[in-house]
This record gives sequence, structure tokens and C-alpha cells, in this order.
Amino acid sequence: MGSPAALDTVLPVRRTERLSGAGRAAVIVGVTGLVAYLTLVPLGFLIYGSFFTPGVGEQPGIFTVSNYLHAYTDRSSLPVLKNSVVFAAGTAATAFCLGTGLAWITERTDTPLSGLHSALSLVPLIVPGILFSLSWIFLFSPRIGLINLAVRRAFGLTDPLFNVYSLAGMVWVEGLHWSPLAFLLMTAAFRSMDPALEESALMSGASPRATFFRITLKLAMPTTLSVMLLLFLRGIETFEVPAIIGLPVGIHVFTSKIYLAVKGYPSDLGLAGAYSTLLLAMSLLGIFIHARVTGGANRFATVTGRGAVPRRIALGRWRYLTAAVLVGYLGLAVVLPLLVLVWYSLLPYYLQPSVRALDLLTVDSYRAVLTLPAVRRAAANTLLLALASATAVMLLTAVVAWITVRTRPRGRWLVDQMASLPVIFPGVVMGVALSWAYLRLPVPIYGTLWILLLAYVTRYLPYGVRASSSALLRIHTDLEGAAQMSGASWLQLFWRILFPLMRSGLVAGWIYVVVVSVRELSSSLLLWSPGNEVLSVVMFDLWQSGHPQEVAALGVLLAVVLTGAALVFRRVAPGG
Amino acid sequence: MLDVHDLVKTFHSGSARITPCDHITFSVPRGGFFTLLGPSGSGKTTTLRCVAGLERPDAGEIRLDGVPLYSAARRIHVPAHRRGIGMVFQSYGLWPHMTVLQHVEFPLTVGGSRLPRREVQDRALEALAAVRLEGLEGRPAVSLSGGQQQRLALARALVRRPKLLLLDEPLSNLDAKLREHMRIELRQLQRSSGITMLYVTHDQVEALVLSDAIAIIHEGRIVQAGTPRAIYERPQTAFVADFIGSTNLFPGTVLRAGPQARCSVQTAGGVLDCVAASPVQPGCSVNVSVRPEDVTIVDRRATVPQWDGVLEEAVFLGGSVDCRVRVGPLVVRVAARPSVPLALGSQIGLEFNSDRAVALPIQPEDAGRESQRAGQA
Repeated sequence: MGSPAALDTVLPVRRTERLSGAGRAAVIVGVTGLVAYLTLVPLGFLIYGSFFTPGVGEQPGIFTVSNYLHAYTDRSSLPVLKNSVVFAAGTAATAFCLGTGLAWITERTDTPLSGLHSALSLVPLIVPGILFSLSWIFLFSPRIGLINLAVRRAFGLTDPLFNVYSLAGMVWVEGLHWSPLAFLLMTAAFRSMDPALEESALMSGASPRATFFRITLKLAMPTTLSVMLLLFLRGIETFEVPAIIGLPVGIHVFTSKIYLAVKGYPSDLGLAGAYSTLLLAMSLLGIFIHARVTGGANRFATVTGRGAVPRRIALGRWRYLTAAVLVGYLGLAVVLPLLVLVWYSLLPYYLQPSVRALDLLTVDSYRAVLTLPAVRRAAANTLLLALASATAVMLLTAVVAWITVRTRPRGRWLVDQMASLPVIFPGVVMGVALSWAYLRLPVPIYGTLWILLLAYVTRYLPYGVRASSSALLRIHTDLEGAAQMSGASWLQLFWRILFPLMRSGLVAGWIYVVVVSVRELSSSLLLWSPGNEVLSVVMFDLWQSGHPQEVAALGVLLAVVLTGAALVFRRVAPGG
Repeated sequence: MLDVHDLVKTFHSGSARITPCDHITFSVPRGGFFTLLGPSGSGKTTTLRCVAGLERPDAGEIRLDGVPLYSAARRIHVPAHRRGIGMVFQSYGLWPHMTVLQHVEFPLTVGGSRLPRREVQDRALEALAAVRLEGLEGRPAVSLSGGQQQRLALARALVRRPKLLLLDEPLSNLDAKLREHMRIELRQLQRSSGITMLYVTHDQVEALVLSDAIAIIHEGRIVQAGTPRAIYERPQTAFVADFIGSTNLFPGTVLRAGPQARCSVQTAGGVLDCVAASPVQPGCSVNVSVRPEDVTIVDRRATVPQWDGVLEEAVFLGGSVDCRVRVGPLVVRVAARPSVPLALGSQIGLEFNSDRAVALPIQPEDAGRESQRAGQA
């Protein structure tokens, strides 16, 4: 045993160690405060704004319910509600049926090409919604849609085969776009189900049919409900398809109505706020039901047998049919949209595919796009915003996750709830809320890139929380204990032990936030200002001002870059 | 009763080929308790699942009471739900959306059996009573304790009164005390119901306690089958000797081969008289397997012991003392009676029960493993 003096020479007391208690408290308070500011301020101003007239100069706003009266007693409101619900429900049903069918084929049958499908099927999640919508317009617009024209020419029809400018068209495009999400969630559900549950029914004498109806279907019910609700919420809050396909033909849903209220002349933020609160309430209700359903699902937690690998059904000759379904789906969801985009990007002006058109193909659109000053500015802004928001989100949520997972002060759930709150904010609503807040608050960021950064960070906090929490939950508490017993201060513990161990999870979350930030359109469209454009806004503008070839060229470039980022994501994502 | 003949099952994963059943053949008589015993990955569970009908074999034949359930030659494959076989799964496979009573009623209300409501209930309650779960009928199955879940899985498998019950490591998820208790209960249930059972486990003690007959599976093949006693006392290979119970394995060379499989073997520690597991010639390489309880520590002053050694380690286990005695390059494990006085580092004498020392001829494929073992000793 050494003397205390000898111990001191071995383990010199560092300054950080003495400060560790204070440092830890400062970080916790700071992060909590920041999260509260980010999430509560927009919510507060949104509700406040919907009840007050805009103040002019020094004159404060006056309390009023006229926004709500206007929003909900107007005769045009009922169709909007109906459209929104039909659109969201249709989207959910389409995406769910596609995703579940595909998940069953790839997980539970011996269909060939399953691996290829799993790899490529995620592309629609990466391709920005605006591009996906444009692709389907290029394919099925009654006037210029390539397939409509080809079918009309081949069969001498007078009417288009399918008009994408309709509620059905919107549902199809949005549903197809979200089908990979349903596929991912249902794949996970199929994987986590203990095969012994179905096999014990077979061994009890139940036929495969009876087993499916009395066991499989019942067990899948909570998951099914939860996935459907999630998809429904996506459909409620989505903006791209309603704006690009719905607006031109007057099919309005809440998100496009909000956009119109803000961008109309005169801009009516109060009315937008009144629509937004209803949208918020619907999201909240959805989340609430979702929590109830999945909470009940814990009772249904399907115990996974050790090393149990679900049996794959041998389909025999039918497996060629299921393989054809996979290929057909990939064709519709991935290949066709991308091909038509590439085709358009190479055209000098609108042309139908023909031998003559092949001679006229040109890369002029690419050249034009790359030399546009607005595009260059937007690319730089987008990159900056994506990197900054991803970094900020992951740093913040790593600490939030630690607070909620590893500490025990009362009210820690509040931090988690606050960080998850933005889930209920559709992008346009976030745009409206932040506009209100920073037109009022004495923080001069309205009309700068900062407000966009704020919007992105706030919106993507929930994704970050999920990634960070799951990364942290995989780290045994003993690893932290061992670091503390080795004399590490809290900051050292975080920096030298937790961060490195959480790295793969954090990096996966970071890349995800980068990708969704680049895709972001709905908030940006309400918050951008000249000089502070982002790529999605530029594409929207180019489309609105009638430059489809340039949009396509820009879209192809963006899709390539994002797919590259996603490939990296697959490498680093745990278990991905 | 159950006849499995030349069963082959191969899995392809990528370019790799795994053959969990490599020409498996065995029979279980009516009312018998037959155990497939082997380390994990040996193919015992796949064999069981082929009998259940949950896997389709590639070749061979499975017959129950002479009726083919599977026959590669006659292209017969009866689906699992029409075989009338009960099964208890390792993870129990209890349905989270059903109560205890609904579990045992389920097998009576599906498939061909359309019993009157009254009888379904009577038989369900009877099955629950047989596993002492009465009073818990309305509880969700997943709220039961581990032992109760296990018994419920058993009741569900038995309620249809199947001819054959398959059990796939049913006790492996229970704690040690409960497992011991359930073993006895399972044995009693088998005796009272007379049902034929095919059991899969990697736990050799479980296999010894429960079974009428055991087949040891190693890398997809049955390496030895017989009664628990025969397998324990007369292992045919070093793998079996080592896998069942604990044993000393001494590599050596046969000096003399006498009548009735008697032989003398020269080992690194001295000469041992043994019984050969299969015919041997002088000069053969063998492993001698001697169980620790078949070695006795003797007083060197009273008799001239077979081997002399130094006591290196003695661990008190309650009923016996686990000793390690160094004899030249070998270490001999001895299960000594606690009453024998022992001092670490002292010279002691060892006697071997020559009726229970088994000489196991080294097969070429064992050679690598055995030389490794000799190196350790």
C-alpha cells in the first residue's frame, strides 16, 4: 500500500475532476433548456398567433377567434377535411398493402431476388418527394405523360389511361412513396415473431389456413394498427404531393391550404395558424392512439426463441410469380421514376421518346443548372444546413438520451417528451410557427439561414432521440461504472467512453438527418428568403416557373448524391 | 411405434452445405422415452422437426405405427397438422392473445376434431388439472411463471391425446431447482399416461434421468445408442465417453489382447487392464477411458498400488472429493470418498477398476482431437 502522497503522484487530481459535478449539471441544464426553447417556443407562438391579429408596428395584436371562424365555417373547409382524410387513409392503405405483401414475400418465402429487392426498395425513401411526384407527372399526366401518350397511340384511346392529377393519383404516388417504410416496419415485425407461435398451432392440428387466421393475424394486429396509424400521419402531414399534383387542379388538403394562406396575397398567418392547430390536434390524436396501441402491444411482446429462424415457405413454381411481383414493384417504385427523370433531364424541350428524339438528347440542362447562381448558392446552403443540423441534432440528443435512459431525477421523462414533441409538427406547420415566433421575438434571425437551421434541428430532434436512445441502451451500465471507478469525470466519461461506443448509432442517425434535411421542402418553402435558398426550394421554383428539364437534371444529380449517402448509411447502420 | 430410417436433411446457406441429419436411423417402442442427446448444432432438433413435419427431409423414411409420415421413395409428406403428434417447444410458443383455458381448448377446436362444447371444456380442464394449473384458466398465458408456462405448453400438447409427444429442450429455460423438479414430474407423467416421448436435449444429466434409451448425435450422425447405463459404462468412442459424465482419457498402445475383450494397455502413467470397446490387436493405438469414481485412492503402506502419484488438488464437493493426481505426464481425476485422509503434495497410490476401464480404439478422424488432448495432460 502506498502513502496518500504516493497515490497522488500516480493519480494527479485534475481540474476537470473537481469540476465534474458542475460540468455535468451545466450540460444537463443547458441541453434541457435548449430543447425546451426549440420545441416549446414554436408551439406557443403557433397557438398564440392563431388567436391574435398581427400587430402593426408598436400596436399589439388583438385577441380574436375570427381565424378559426374563417377556417372552419368556410364552405370550402369541409372538402379540405374530406380530401385530407381520404388522401391520408388511402396513402396508409396503399403503402401498408404494398409493404406487407413485399415483406411477406421477402421474409417468409423462398422467392429469388429477395436480397436485390431489400437493397433497392429503400430508394423511394431517399429520393425527395418532389422528384417522385414529378416523375409520376411525367409518366401519367393526361397531357404530357409518357405512358398515357404511348397507350393512347397504341390503342387509339381518346381518354388518358390514368390521370395522375386526381385524388386517386395523389394516393397512388404518396402510397408508393411510403411503401418502403411499411416494408421496413413489417419486415421487422415478421422477424421478431417467434416461429414457435405458429408452429405450435400446426402441431395442435390447426391447418395452415386456420393458423393464419387464428394466430398469425391476431398476433400481427397491434403492429398492423400501429404501422397504419404511422402511415396515416405521414399522409396527413405530407406536402410535396398535395402541392405539386393537388394544387394545380384544386384538390386541397390542410398542408396545401396552409401554404396558400401564407403565400397568398395578403399573407394570412393567422388563418394558417388556425388550420395548423387542427392539423396539430389530428397528429396529437394519432400519436396518442398510437401510444395506446403499442402500449397494449407490450402485452403481446412476442418472445423470440433463441436462434429461432422462421421457416420459409417453399412456393414451388409460384415463386417465379412472386419474383415477378418484386421486379414489377422495383420497376414502378424505383426504375421507372428514375428513368423518366433521366430522360427528361436530357431533353432540349418536351419530346416523346422516339428515334428522332434520341438524336436531340443533350446535357444542356445539366450545364444550365450547374451554372445558375441560385443553384450554386442553394447547393452550398443545403450542404451547410444538412451538416450543421445533423451535427446539432445528434449532439443534443446524445445528451437527451443519456438523461432519459441513465439518470433518475424526477421529470426526466419531460425532456424526452419535449424532444419528441416535434413529431406532431408537419413541415408546413413548423414553417408557420417559426414565422410567427421570429417575427415577434427580438431575435433577428427571420430571413436568414439560421431560421432554417432552427426548423431542421427542431423537426429532426425526434429521429435523433430514437437513434441515440437505442445506441445508448446497447451499452451496459457496467461500462460506465468501470470508467467512473477508473477515475473518469462525467465529461471524460461521456467523451472517452459513451461517445465512442455510441458512435455507429450516432453516425447512422447523423446520416439519416443529413438525408432528410436535404430532402426537406415544406418548412423551407415558408422560411426561405432570397439569397438563402435551398435545393428543394429551387427545384420547386424551377417547376413552378416551367423548367421541367432543369428540375429533372437537378433531381438526377441530387438522387445520385443522396443514394451515395444512403449506401454509406447502410454500411455504418447497426444491423443495417 | 416410431421408426426413423436413413433420414437425410441438408441445408444450403449460400455456398455452404450443412447436413444436420446424416443418415439417421432409430426406433422408439410404444410407451418408450427416447432421447436424442448431443451438443448444440449436432442436428438433434432438426431430426425432431422432421418427425414433427415442420421440416421436410431430403431422403429416408419416417413411420408412426407402421404408417408412413414421410417417405422419400414413395413421395409421401404428411403435413404437420395432420400427423397427430404433440410437441412442446423450447420457447413454449404460448400465444400472447389467449388465456390459459383457450390454449388447451385450441387443439380440440381446430382441424378435424369437432367435439361438443361440453366435452371440449371437460377435456381442457382435465388437461389443466393433470399439470396442476387448475384455477388459472382465465389468466393470460404470458402472465404465468416460467414453470407454469412450461406445464401449460405440456397440457396443450397432451390435450389431444397424441400417440407421440415431441419435446424440444423443454426444460432449458427453467432455473436449476425447477428443472430438477420438472424432470421428475415429466417422468411421472410419462409413466402414468403411457405416452411415447421423443426428447431432445444437450443436458446429459437430463438424458440419463429421463430416458429409457438415448441416442448420442454428433455432427448429424448417431454415434451411439443404448440404455443410459450402457452408454455411461460402455462408451464406444472418446467423444461419447467425454460427453456423458466426466472421464479420464489416457492415450496408449495395446500390449496384449486376451479373451472376452480383455486387454492390457501401456499408457504414459503405466500399464492398465481394460475392456476393449471393439476388437483390438497388440500395437493398436487406443484411448483408455476411466471414470473418476472408478479410481480408488489406496494406502501405499498396506498394498502395492497399481500407480503411484502426487496429490495436486483436492476440492470438497460434499458427497465426494474431486482430486487431481499427477502420475508422470498424466493428471488423473479421482472422485474420492470424503473419509479418506488427504494431504496436498503427498504421495498416494491409485487402483483402477479394470472392469470399468474401457479401451477405445482411435479412429483416424479422432486422431487430431486426441493428440490435442494428450498435449493438455
